[in-house]
Amino acid sequence: MSKRKITVAVTGLNNIDSPGPGVPVIRALKESLLFDVRIVGLSYESLEPGLYMHDLVDKSYQVPLPSAGISSLLERLHYINEKEEIDVIIPNFDAELHNFIKLEKQLRSDFGIASFLPTSEQFESRHKSVLYEFGEANDVKVPFSKMIFSASEIEGLKKEFTYPLVIKGKYYDASVAATPEQAVNYFHKISAKWGLPIIVQQFVSGNEVNVTALGDGKGNCIGAVPMRKLYITDKGKAWAGISLDDEKLIEISNRVIGNSKWRGGCELEFIKSNEGEYYLLEMNPRFPAWVYLAVGCGQNHPEALVQMALGEKVVPFTDYERGKLFIRYSFDQIVNLSEFEKISTLGEL
Amino acid sequence: MQLNKNIAISDSGFIFNPSTGDSFSTNPVGLEIIRLLRENKKKDAIIKELTGRFSIDDSTAEKDLSDFLLVLRNYQLLNDHE
Repeated sequence: MSKRKITVAVTGLNNIDSPGPGVPVIRALKESLLFDVRIVGLSYESLEPGLYMHDLVDKSYQVPLPSAGISSLLERLHYINEKEEIDVIIPNFDAELHNFIKLEKQLRSDFGIASFLPTSEQFESRHKSVLYEFGEANDVKVPFSKMIFSASEIEGLKKEFTYPLVIKGKYYDASVAATPEQAVNYFHKISAKWGLPIIVQQFVSGNEVNVTALGDGKGNCIGAVPMRKLYITDKGKAWAGISLDDEKLIEISNRVIGNSKWRGGCELEFIKSNEGEYYLLEMNPRFPAWVYLAVGCGQNHPEALVQMALGEKVVPFTDYERGKLFIRYSFDQIVNLSEFEKISTLGEL
Repeated sequence: MQLNKNIAISDSGFIFNPSTGDSFSTNPVGLEIIRLLRENKKKDAIIKELTGRFSIDDSTAEKDLSDFLLVLRNYQLLNDHE
């Protein structure tokens, strides 16, 4: 069977110690059995390594930062699409998703660019600040948490929490506080960086396990592969991991995706407590940077997402290989100054 | 006393627990004990096998077996359903 030629635009081409999912998503698409994929890379900075990976990325364009707003992005995508005739676009950053979700219908109707993203409601429902409510609504345990806006509220937390507890930023960062004094310290540190509110969450002791999953938006989980980190960087990112045989975790993941009618890729981060209970710590609204492990285990989630974006029916994956590892590595690319100059000055490469 | 299900063990003594992702390696004596556990042998029968095979006395075999079972339990490889 000959493969269909399509053009897919992908963001998240950074591949640093906190890597974006773009390059792994592209690798997955390049291995598609259905599509012969031409990749258009979309970058925010000239030093995103994916820009220079010419065996993976066929053509690259700079796009405006999410803070520039929807109209700037639309204008830029219009320009890029006139040259590239994009079939599907896969945004891979949390911070840009809001804009792409808002533009999803218009990109399809005006430019013929398909995407497969969560709805605005779904996107908002799994934010850290409302995750406890998300857990209640979707029948999954989430450690009790609440938002606070002032360090003076920490004294009163004793009524609802027992120490240690976790002090989290709205978007990033988390620290475990063993005492109220530590909690105050972390409150100031994290709020100075990420603003308010701060989320206080009950600490659960156990092992972290993560799932990369894909929902069809109708209550079906198309695929799910669980992984445990074996090597963690000082930023808490997995540098090596292994796929697990864990039916209970798959069942919980299916339930979350099913009940929330999740549309698109996602990462579910759990703690398996010492008593064997699973608590959802975070739900990221896009593929994780380790999504290529799912491909290695027999589930090509990015390929399935492209199929759904194009309106094709996808049969859910029923199995995956357990005990498969990914081991990440860094790689020094040698880049000619002329290439760096081109992307920096012209915004395309 | 049973090994947890799905535990993968190779002839070289490499052990993989697919439900936790943990892996370990053991020496030939440990491998032999695991093989006997898989055959649902009780403690007394395992001690008898070990003394016969590795020329050690009963008390040494019993102590070594207890130590090894403790390690298996700590690593969630063994449960205590008799």
